[in-house]
Amino acid sequence: MSTATATHDDHHDHGPAKGLMRWVTTTNHKDIGTLYLLFALVMFFVGGAMAMVIRAELFQPGMQLVDPQFFNSMTTVHALVMIFGAVMPAFTGLANWLIPMMIGAPDMALPRMNNFSFWILPFAFSLLLSTFFMAGGGPAGGWTLYPPLSLQMGDGFPFLIFAIHLAGISSIMGSINVVVTILNMRPPGMTLMKMPLFVWTWLITAYLLIATMPVLAGAVTMLLTDKFAGTSFFSAAGGGDPVMFQHIFWFFGHPEVYILILPAFGIVSAIVPTFARKPLFGYSSMVYATASIAFLSFIVWAHHMFTVGMPVVGELFFMYATMMIAVPTGVKVFNWVSTMWKGSMTFETPMLFAIGFIIMFTIGGFSGLMLAIAPADFQYHDTYFVVAHFHYVLVTGAVYSIMAAAYYWLPKWTGNMYDEKLGKMHFWISTISVNVLFFPQHFLGLAGMPRRIPDYSIQFTDWNMISSIGGFVFGFSQLMFAYMVYKTIKGGEKATDQVWEGADGLEWTLSSPPPYHSFTDAPEIK
Amino acid sequence: MRAMHKLAVTTTAFLGTAFASAHADWALNMRQGVTETSQSVYDLHMIIFWVCCAIGVVVFGAMIYSMLYHRKSKGAVAAQFHESTSMEILWTVVPIIILVGMAIPATSTLLAMEDTGDADMTIKVTGIQWKWKYDYVDGEGAGVSFVSSLHPDHNEARMVGSGADVTKFGDSYLMEVDNPLVIPTGKKVRFLLTAADVIHSWWVPDLGWKKDAIPGFVNEAWTQVDEPGTYRGKCAELCGKDHGFMPIVVVAKAPEDYAKWVAEQKGAAEAEAASADREWTTDELMAKGEQVYNTNCAACHQANGQGLPPTFPSIAGSPIATGDAAAHISLVMNGKAGTAMAAYRDVLKDADMAAVLTYQRNAWGNAASIIQPAAIKAAR
Repeated sequence: MSTATATHDDHHDHGPAKGLMRWVTTTNHKDIGTLYLLFALVMFFVGGAMAMVIRAELFQPGMQLVDPQFFNSMTTVHALVMIFGAVMPAFTGLANWLIPMMIGAPDMALPRMNNFSFWILPFAFSLLLSTFFMAGGGPAGGWTLYPPLSLQMGDGFPFLIFAIHLAGISSIMGSINVVVTILNMRPPGMTLMKMPLFVWTWLITAYLLIATMPVLAGAVTMLLTDKFAGTSFFSAAGGGDPVMFQHIFWFFGHPEVYILILPAFGIVSAIVPTFARKPLFGYSSMVYATASIAFLSFIVWAHHMFTVGMPVVGELFFMYATMMIAVPTGVKVFNWVSTMWKGSMTFETPMLFAIGFIIMFTIGGFSGLMLAIAPADFQYHDTYFVVAHFHYVLVTGAVYSIMAAAYYWLPKWTGNMYDEKLGKMHFWISTISVNVLFFPQHFLGLAGMPRRIPDYSIQFTDWNMISSIGGFVFGFSQLMFAYMVYKTIKGGEKATDQVWEGADGLEWTLSSPPPYHSFTDAPEIK
Repeated sequence: MRAMHKLAVTTTAFLGTAFASAHADWALNMRQGVTETSQSVYDLHMIIFWVCCAIGVVVFGAMIYSMLYHRKSKGAVAAQFHESTSMEILWTVVPIIILVGMAIPATSTLLAMEDTGDADMTIKVTGIQWKWKYDYVDGEGAGVSFVSSLHPDHNEARMVGSGADVTKFGDSYLMEVDNPLVIPTGKKVRFLLTAADVIHSWWVPDLGWKKDAIPGFVNEAWTQVDEPGTYRGKCAELCGKDHGFMPIVVVAKAPEDYAKWVAEQKGAAEAEAASADREWTTDELMAKGEQVYNTNCAACHQANGQGLPPTFPSIAGSPIATGDAAAHISLVMNGKAGTAMAAYRDVLKDADMAAVLTYQRNAWGNAASIIQPAAIKAAR
């Protein structure tokens, strides 16, 4: 403990400024990580509130609450907020907190850019949400922004585009910081193949972001000039092609899907060994599988658009390539199961969320495999089956991994243990309700209910009601998570430096909470 | 394909028994549909579903076993193994073999679905915000052309705050149209799909596929229905405010009934053309116009003509609807670029367009000139 006290004294000298300005001007990786995570939590509730509106309108047939245009803007902005405002900033927040601590560095490599990349985000999302108050209302053409429909938006259109640009710039800067930190700030002895998997998955994610965000920026800029500068990139009447937008968008969009899940793989690969008290099975195959998934993510984009009328050879190529993704993803799941096998497991809340992740992400993976079969996709496409699929991989996948990470590392970050009873209750209520919410959506989609509709035929009533009930329970039970975070920051049983009996890694060698400048001296790597 | 079909039939029987007590509305599985294509799609769906289930049993089984027996509270001591090249190779190669097995039937089904050759007749399908236009291009019925919109009763009931009990419509709620698409049974029908404004997607689950209707491009698809019947679907690609209210109804008729239907359509078209050549009274125009307005205009400009400004401007008191007739005709005929105002040139026939324009110019306190069908004909 003496070292902890020493470092604690030490950071009085270099400690944070006091008051609000600490957060505005901070260049500290932990402060910025905290800002990212809190921002993501707020956005999670903003996007969640929109989902509640959607589920309330769909509770029964007939139009009761909102008009169809507003309903469409709910589905559109729910997606934009959850993807760009909640999940991505949450992962960036985790990267900020953890990467320096995991590789034994004092901070991120580019601290001022780090500050800037965070502080862009509140402006980006204020712009996005402000469009609701403009003539014509918020964006309602789907988060995929397909023209010509997206071009029918009212006065808010340029604000939407600018918000996406800002969020993209923020992501690119965050990614450059991650890459530079990982490649330059490891201590002597930590070779790439000795890095924790969370660091590996983030390194690959950062490259995906740097490669694809400019593509999105290009696509939305072309929308902007089509609307205001008389170009016809996506208008057939002027010699353009609306389907070209979809190709460009999904060339960004499919890697984006893996941007949202690769860090989750890293988190689960950290948690499962800890609570199985057994080293991760197949470390190097995990690294290669992650790299393979990243590579494949660039050559499968058109499986999002099997119905646009591609040449049959193109459909076959994208079907085969998409099916191939099942192989490295399967390797990951098999490795996690092998890590659990013959371990000595305990089931604290982080482990529960990690196991929930593995099982439910795999269910989402199965429906993904089904969607890869192009002829069957002609039936599944644009139905609730797809909605069920991507919510299994994003909510019970990405979001569950973020919850797991919060429970796992909060004691390290705050120095206080979270309330285990509350955590377990949060897990079980969430897991039951999230399945009541999303599993019936498979049935709805197969029975023929299209997605993005505000009203439906009577035969879809029963499952929609069940789904809405699950949705309300899941939505409100997340307040337990917010309360848990608040309570843990405020106080609680003191956490040891090790926190978890089976935890392994440099971050656990620091005090809980860790010193302001994580590692002032490079640690020795065995 | 035979063995595949057999497997699918067996699984259907199994699911059927398992859920026999379930109410029909609690539908769980994909519809088998009424075409060879929809049946082979269903078979593929069932096979990949069972493959996933089998993998799930193995993976989740191992996890559950491990969670039950390899826990610290049971005194389990952690082994320290952490790699095995032979295992890694095994669980890379086995999935590849399964996937190749899946890809073979999927490929043959896909190739069959995309083969639109040797069609007996062709129908052009145009998606328009928020209705479908059908033009019978060749084969029996060539020349028939009409627009298909959500049935007016359903349209009224689905408005926010209508207070209507929508359950009275039963399972066809929002899946009923004024003019259904009629096709003959036993014939290969080729569809050419396009759109006038934004991207739509034409989907009837019982036919086994959906295909996007894209402005400026023409997609092809085909079907052959052997059983007479009514098959319902909806637009599947988000296409704006009333995307959810753009149903598709296909009625398959035996060839002789189909021939009768074609004769009726041709007769009606002739009567329609003749009516456009005569002078209409104001009352006739207003009555017809209100009907056309409610089907085509009210979704945006509202039944009371007030619109939802600024996206959907008010027609009541608007300078266009109360001003020069030629400018009004031109706006409705050609639409307004960059807005949701579509071109109605190909949607409304002469008499209908004259009636709706007259109605707009004389309802809700507007008082401007009436417009005769002959003026529309001249303006085309």
